[in-house]
Amino acid sequence: MYAYDEIDRTLVNERVAEFRDQVQRRLSGELTEDEFKVLRLMNGVYLQLHAYMFRVAIPYGTLSSAQLRKLAHVARKYDRGYGHFTTRQNIQFNWIALKDLPDALADLAEVGIHAMQTSGNCTRNVTADQWGGVAPDEVEDPRVWAEILRQHTALHPEFSFLPRKFKFAITAADHDRAAIKVHDIGLRLIKNDAGETGFEVLVGGGLGRSPFIAKTIKPFVPGRDILSYVEAILRVYNQYGRRDNIYKARIKILVHELGIEKFAAEVEQAWREIADGPLTLDDEMIEDIRSRFVYPAYEKLSAEPAELRAAAADPRFEAWRKNSVAPHRQPGYAIVTLSLKPVGGPPGDATAEQMDAIADLADKYSFGEIRVGHEQNLALPHVAKRDLPALWAALDAIGVATPNVNLVSDIIACPGLDYCSLANARSIPIAQELTRRFANHETANLIGRLHVNISGCINACGHHHVGHIGILGVEKNDQEVYQITIGGRADEHAKLGELIGPAVPYAEVADVIEDIVEAYLALREKPEELFVDTVKRLGVEPFKERVYATR
Amino acid sequence: MTSPLQQKIKITGPSVVTANRTDDGVVIYRTGSGGWSTELADAAIVREADPARALLAESVADDIGAVGAYIAPVKLGGDGAVIPGNLREQIRKTGVTIALPAQA
Repeated sequence: MYAYDEIDRTLVNERVAEFRDQVQRRLSGELTEDEFKVLRLMNGVYLQLHAYMFRVAIPYGTLSSAQLRKLAHVARKYDRGYGHFTTRQNIQFNWIALKDLPDALADLAEVGIHAMQTSGNCTRNVTADQWGGVAPDEVEDPRVWAEILRQHTALHPEFSFLPRKFKFAITAADHDRAAIKVHDIGLRLIKNDAGETGFEVLVGGGLGRSPFIAKTIKPFVPGRDILSYVEAILRVYNQYGRRDNIYKARIKILVHELGIEKFAAEVEQAWREIADGPLTLDDEMIEDIRSRFVYPAYEKLSAEPAELRAAAADPRFEAWRKNSVAPHRQPGYAIVTLSLKPVGGPPGDATAEQMDAIADLADKYSFGEIRVGHEQNLALPHVAKRDLPALWAALDAIGVATPNVNLVSDIIACPGLDYCSLANARSIPIAQELTRRFANHETANLIGRLHVNISGCINACGHHHVGHIGILGVEKNDQEVYQITIGGRADEHAKLGELIGPAVPYAEVADVIEDIVEAYLALREKPEELFVDTVKRLGVEPFKERVYATR
Repeated sequence: MTSPLQQKIKITGPSVVTANRTDDGVVIYRTGSGGWSTELADAAIVREADPARALLAESVADDIGAVGAYIAPVKLGGDGAVIPGNLREQIRKTGVTIALPAQA
């Protein structure tokens, strides 16, 4: 965990007082909605179909047990007893009253949580690999750099009124769990041939109406220069990004229209003006941030404890262990993913009771730490392997041990038309039906890794473009219909999916997905060939034929 | 952002003005007596552009009580019941189509 200091606490508390005053003035009529809207958006407050929605930042997806308990408290006291974890590692509350928001923010501030930069045309919450600091395959903990970026961009006056929102994501591993190629700036922490730590910098990725995979703008930027370099990118974007057309305002459009070479040349010029200036990070500054990340005092434990061997006789435990437990950099420990995708449940939702219970389990088994992943699941990052059987039993009892992580029912879905004022079609009921269709664990395992992503509109909060199977809800003649894409992926080989054909009605979506999966099982060369690889090998045609032959 | 009053008003059938209540975001409908109701049945029905524009104008003028007023289509049942004109409005009226994970 990162330990906030007095400056952080003062900033957060002052922000609560400021927003309390703004809400009071809005409710009294002193501020019009037009005046207030920009202020509420700077505090993560949207207006959705039925109520205000409150988005709370979880920087780089790291939570303490005390913070998770406080989120449970907000869900229980001010909302309807649950929260929704998002694809940007945040949490949203769907039913909160405007008049209660200052109190909710004040309660969250007690544990250092806020809602700054979760909305608006600013640099948003910096996301990172949810396994940061514990993954065996990482160069170093990416959250140190995410925190440096967070501190630099927090309330940065030059970047608080950008042409459009701006999102960073960081990974430090070869396998990208942070979807950096679909972010405005993606940073991949690497070491060069001299052993120096730095970043491959990617720019111009994003989904939405005009999806683009990010392009590498500079293959290596030394760590000490990363702030000045991203500042140069933001300056070029701030200067040239379009403000006349919201649909063309993201940096991805600027990069696309200028071309990466010309854009890179502009950035180089801007960088020359500020490189080696005050934004250069010296070792002392980096170490100061690094030192405020407190790591657990791991014990020397057996990599194959007796408790684990004994529990292996239970097929339910083994199914879960094989699916949801990942290697840890520390021998004897494991990373445990908690599925928030129960059969028939809304993806990414957790009740206040579940949050409290997970916080208790984090204290007992994971040094009080919880992670949020962009796939809308949680993780306990420091679990002793000997504790896995006991932890599994506890997780199973609260409904977060469904062994479906990375399988077909581990669906990413936006709130869709059930909640969202931008949506054209529902997402959650589609996801729920699919989890029922693929509830059989043996079948799901047979299918293997398969990411289904669902968005209820073209804004793509459900990342449908990069789902192995992507489902996009649109409205046609007052009816919900769904476009299906296949072959997308969000990892280091990120790719946009390809449309298989005409949109299908709401009632047929689950049948179509079943058809696609059955086609895959018949077409794959061997069980190890993943769905997305079969699509890459054969293209969309065989799937298209299967789906539309009888429709 | 364009004001709702500056947008071209196109009415193809019976319509109401709806918004969200400022202090808690609850869905509300403009009534014929210049107030707001949480019941669609209480909403003032307009059928042509000019009355719709007038109803929207008085609704938008109540900036303290309501947020984001707009014109929404409705259907009229044989018994005079007012029915939301599309799925979005149906969901706004009756709530989410799924079971909530919890009910505080």
